[in-house]
Amino acid sequence: MPLELRSVTKRVGAHAHIHDTSVRLAEEGFNILLGTTLSGKTTLMQLMAGLEQPTSGTVWFAGRNVTRIAVQRRNVAMVYQQFINYPNFTVFENIASPLRVARVPAPEIDKRVRRMADLLRLGPLLQRRPAELSGGQQQRTALARALVRDADLVLLDEPLANLDFKLREELRDELPKLFAGRRCTVVFATSEPMEALLLGGHTAALHQGRITQFGPTAEVYRRPVDLLTAQVFSNPPINTAPVTKQAGSIVLSDTVRWPAQGHQQQIPDGPYTIGIRPHHVSPVAGGHTAARIDGNVLVAEISGSESTIHFSHGPLTWVSQSHGVHPSQVGDIARFHLDVGQCLFFDADGRRVA
Amino acid sequence: MRRALPTLYILFLMLPIYWLVTMSFKPTTEILGSFTLWPQAFTLENYAKIFTDPTWYNGYVNSLIYVVINTVISVVVALPAAYAFSRYRFLGDKHLFFWLLTNRMAPAAVFALPFFELYSAVGLFDTHIAVALAHCLFNIPLAVWILEGFMSSVPKQLDETAYLDGYSFWRFFLRIFVPTIAAGIGVAAFFCFMFSWVELLLAKTLTSVAAKPIAATMTRTASSSGYELGLLAAAGTLTFIPGAVVIYFVRNYIAKGFALGRV
Repeated sequence: MPLELRSVTKRVGAHAHIHDTSVRLAEEGFNILLGTTLSGKTTLMQLMAGLEQPTSGTVWFAGRNVTRIAVQRRNVAMVYQQFINYPNFTVFENIASPLRVARVPAPEIDKRVRRMADLLRLGPLLQRRPAELSGGQQQRTALARALVRDADLVLLDEPLANLDFKLREELRDELPKLFAGRRCTVVFATSEPMEALLLGGHTAALHQGRITQFGPTAEVYRRPVDLLTAQVFSNPPINTAPVTKQAGSIVLSDTVRWPAQGHQQQIPDGPYTIGIRPHHVSPVAGGHTAARIDGNVLVAEISGSESTIHFSHGPLTWVSQSHGVHPSQVGDIARFHLDVGQCLFFDADGRRVA
Repeated sequence: MRRALPTLYILFLMLPIYWLVTMSFKPTTEILGSFTLWPQAFTLENYAKIFTDPTWYNGYVNSLIYVVINTVISVVVALPAAYAFSRYRFLGDKHLFFWLLTNRMAPAAVFALPFFELYSAVGLFDTHIAVALAHCLFNIPLAVWILEGFMSSVPKQLDETAYLDGYSFWRFFLRIFVPTIAAGIGVAAFFCFMFSWVELLLAKTLTSVAAKPIAATMTRTASSSGYELGLLAAAGTLTFIPGAVVIYFVRNYIAKGFALGRV
């Protein structure tokens, strides 16, 4: 039962919130909408749900045009970043509410609510009100309500963003299990690339109301079609630099150059923009082919077993992220090793060529 | 010292109220005769008179009737209006919203004459509903402002979740939304109640006998058979009670209400 957007746009006044977008979501696994704040994730979800009407284009579900169908009759469930529950209902009634509206017989409601509550570990809390729950429990209640009715389409709009770190990890682990074996299309919006990678499935990278790429998550991560996608799908931000290819060598600056590797050998000579992820720039030499780059340390953070160093090299400001503790002082000149085989090459239009 | 100043201030504020209450337990001769801090000849006669004489107690009944009607109309009308202002953007919404509040800026006297003419013409003069409707002029805008504030603090995702769950608008509005902002409704009702209860000019102008409010009864008595100051004080003391009862129910939300729900 796939959801499909055909040439959907959304304009509010003179402002385009969603540019011409066509996408056919995957039926299996999560469909992740990855993008920063204001990239259009929520608007896109509202269009999918039917809470907003597209300015042009159509929404299709299971081969049926549902663009004009009222949201009440679409069988869509949604969980928000804010913990949204009905404050005057108990947890039980919150979970039961979509079933009550659908006039499911009471004994069956009871059975299904209790099963769902057990699954989400809300069993002992059924008689409480949402205000008497912790944030994690409130979000579980919202999830239970979304799942209890076997919706065809479940939209999760950054459901973990307002949870503290531990609860977020916990619920993130549970999510794929909750959806395993369900016949529904799941859309998960997030602004964290790491979350997309952990949840797998398919990813749509969003930038300013445009889907720059949609495909299997690992594929989008490893082989972004363009620079924007690579930037959306990297945290800390991907390092970029203008380079020139000449006579089989890649020249980044007077001191940084390397012989073209793999696919890099096949692209014609000329100017390019490279993108290299922070964890491919390391203060220690690895086993791979590396170019050395010296930098002026701007910021050095050590969090547990990971070191993040911001440094400048000429006009460039780059980030290096590496395992292990690599202490360095702000103002030091430090040497980094560039895993040149991992460089992504983009042409003048931002399309990836190698 | 730190406590003395606030204590003095509160005593200063309480003094007129204390004076009114003690007066209500004095016979008029004592009030006019000598200066006494508390009743020398304690009497309940003033209260007895009010509770036994229909021209007196009907004043309270009339006031309560139109105040309650007004409160109900104001809140019921303001609920959908406030929802529209809170949830939808439409042409001129901000101007309209502000214009509502400007209705409170004109003194009631301005409206007394047109209301009197209008209600006399349509045969509503001297009815409870006349006063209740007249007070709507002030109270509906106020209720809209208060309720809009409370409604806007409820995320619109709650509405969306309900629609996704299959609720129709009205079912959502009555079953989920209204209970969610119950405190706001209580506060709005309280303010409508109070403004309608203390308003004198319109209430007096639009009534003569059948719907005469207590405040009008009090003003007339002051100038009739001599001074009946004790009786007047007792009547005044009793006017505190309805407000005190209502405020008890919304005591935790009053501050938010004074900020028109925007805290």
